[in-house]
Amino acid sequence: MSEVILDVQGLKTYFYTSKGIVKAVDNVSFKVGRGEVLGIAGESGCGKSTLGFSLIRLVPPPGRIVGGRITFMAEDILKMPEEEFRTKVRWKGISMVFQGAMNALNPVYTVGAQIAEVLTLHKGLSKKEALEEAANLLKMVGLDPRRIRSYPHELSGGMKQRVVIAMALALRPSLVIADEPTTALDVVVQAQIMNLLKRLQRELKMSIILITHDMSLIAEIADKVAIMYAGKIVEIGSSDRVFNNPLHPYTRALINSIPSLRKELKKLEFIPGVPPDLIQPPPGCRFHPRCKYAFEPCNKEEPPMVEVEPGHFVSCWLHAKR
Amino acid sequence: MPVGEIGFMNVDSNTILFARDLKVWFPVRRGLTDILARRPPLHVRAVDGISFDVKQGDVFALVGESGCGKTTTGKSVLMLYEITGGQVGYKPSQDLMDAYSKLGFKPEVITEFGHIDLAKIPRKYQRPLRREIQMIWQDPYGSLNPRLTIFEILEEPLIIHKYGFTRSDRYDMIYRALELVKLTPPEDFMNRYPHMLSGGQRQRVVIARALILNPRFIVADEPVSMLDVSIRAEIIELLMELKQKLNLTYLFITHDIAIARYIANKIAIMYLGKIVEMGETEKVVKNPLHPYTRALISAVPEPDPSNRLKMREVPIKGEVPSAVNIPPGCRFHPRCVALDEHSELRGVCDRSEPPMVEVEPGHFVSCWLYAKR
Repeated sequence: MSEVILDVQGLKTYFYTSKGIVKAVDNVSFKVGRGEVLGIAGESGCGKSTLGFSLIRLVPPPGRIVGGRITFMAEDILKMPEEEFRTKVRWKGISMVFQGAMNALNPVYTVGAQIAEVLTLHKGLSKKEALEEAANLLKMVGLDPRRIRSYPHELSGGMKQRVVIAMALALRPSLVIADEPTTALDVVVQAQIMNLLKRLQRELKMSIILITHDMSLIAEIADKVAIMYAGKIVEIGSSDRVFNNPLHPYTRALINSIPSLRKELKKLEFIPGVPPDLIQPPPGCRFHPRCKYAFEPCNKEEPPMVEVEPGHFVSCWLHAKR
Repeated sequence: MPVGEIGFMNVDSNTILFARDLKVWFPVRRGLTDILARRPPLHVRAVDGISFDVKQGDVFALVGESGCGKTTTGKSVLMLYEITGGQVGYKPSQDLMDAYSKLGFKPEVITEFGHIDLAKIPRKYQRPLRREIQMIWQDPYGSLNPRLTIFEILEEPLIIHKYGFTRSDRYDMIYRALELVKLTPPEDFMNRYPHMLSGGQRQRVVIARALILNPRFIVADEPVSMLDVSIRAEIIELLMELKQKLNLTYLFITHDIAIARYIANKIAIMYLGKIVEMGETEKVVKNPLHPYTRALISAVPEPDPSNRLKMREVPIKGEVPSAVNIPPGCRFHPRCVALDEHSELRGVCDRSEPPMVEVEPGHFVSCWLYAKR
């Protein structure tokens, strides 16, 4: 693998609610190389967005990062004082395209002014320089640079999403986290946005973490895939291996639940039951109540992460030795 | 003129619902200056002259991007919007005709097979019809009243339609409906509130509410788009099973052509208020003819990791224009890639609207590439 720019070890992000502790991210470890695209997939409520927020230290209260280490560019970013993190890492090193961010653009400012704000604050550019740079950024994401004078309501959904991506790229970060960047967009626009991300990733040699529930979007762009279930990564490996040889029953079901447009029609698989309560997750393997292969050790002991083939890890008793 | 001749498909006794040149326009609000300047009133032409037939037992999918008019079409079938022009023919059940004769109302029959025109049913006589045509809504989070229990949510239609006279009758019906959508044991769910259920379970309640009055025709508006991919398959299976069991017909509205392929036997692709291509699902999916259908299909991602190595080619230009200013001629022509390749069509596509032609049996397309000029 190329130079590792992000190394997450044993990350734990818990929410301290009145009903109990919600273990949204529970002992998660992975690495991202320079220029690498990691896809994180899972159902809603599995903790994938919380994981994204943890990486830029923006976990909303009552959530807190309670354990683990995040090393970005050889620095432990969880130990940094907030002010240092804000000026050195957030947005400059790691930026994020938030879920639904295109609907969070400020309606009373032009998109140019909103992009320029990032530049004046972080880079200390003058207003005029910042607007020029904003126009360049819009050009980079495939919009007419004159659009800096447009207000969000004058843009279509796809154009707004491009603006949000331009904003995330404003400080040329080495890592961009994209949380469901295409939900609420039509398929044609979705394909265009995915192409844009692919092109930018190649041109700027940046790393991307793509968070989505849609495995087919991950296949469109990711080099590496991590499957999350109930706050844990259950399988991680290269895209080729995970899609062509899924090992965890959950991964298999996720892939086989996608209706195909081009291949022969086959019965869709689905995962019965509902995702578990993260306050009191099931004992043993968290997936066992919904797993059709569950057997004797599954409800007692948590399966260890094992490397089944080079670089392809899974946490499942079907593949682990006891 | 008999209805069969207006369209291109044939209405027969098996046709449960058909639309002929259906139009639903919404007026754009005019300011005082517009009125003083005598600017002509503008309309959002959400549905702009569409025709289709749904046969008993069909799953007819309307597929298109947001703003193409697919939901408006579905809602106008339920008489939730006033129809601006055209006809929606519906073949009523004997029960409905009996109910109407009891009320002393005689709906206008527009075909020899006894279809009635839904656009002409006065408001006060719509209620008995609504029992037969029900809707499954898109958003299971927004369409259930958070202050009612599941029992109360399902009881409401029974009370409104005076279907089940005593509470114990209604209890039995609700029990059966919950069993039907596999929320079992039903006792466990009746007294819960919507927020206590997962998205998939809520959508089952929405389905149970649509089914509780024993409808014949269901308009399902994006029933799975708000759900995770892993839960979608389960709800789709449930809808198919219910269709078999209860002998239902669906008008299935979706933006996802892959899902339409799984559930529908007929499919119509809509663009900016018009159907551009329609026919048997496999024919349309395997052999898309209209340049828009081709673009739509090529944009769909597949779980194949080799895709990451290449850009996805989507043969389409620009963005969807506003439904207020619909381009002249073929409304797709400003975005059409085929028009660039076929210079002989210049002056045709941008001037006159292409007719709907049957290219192969059961496969219709509205495009000048296939029509005689």
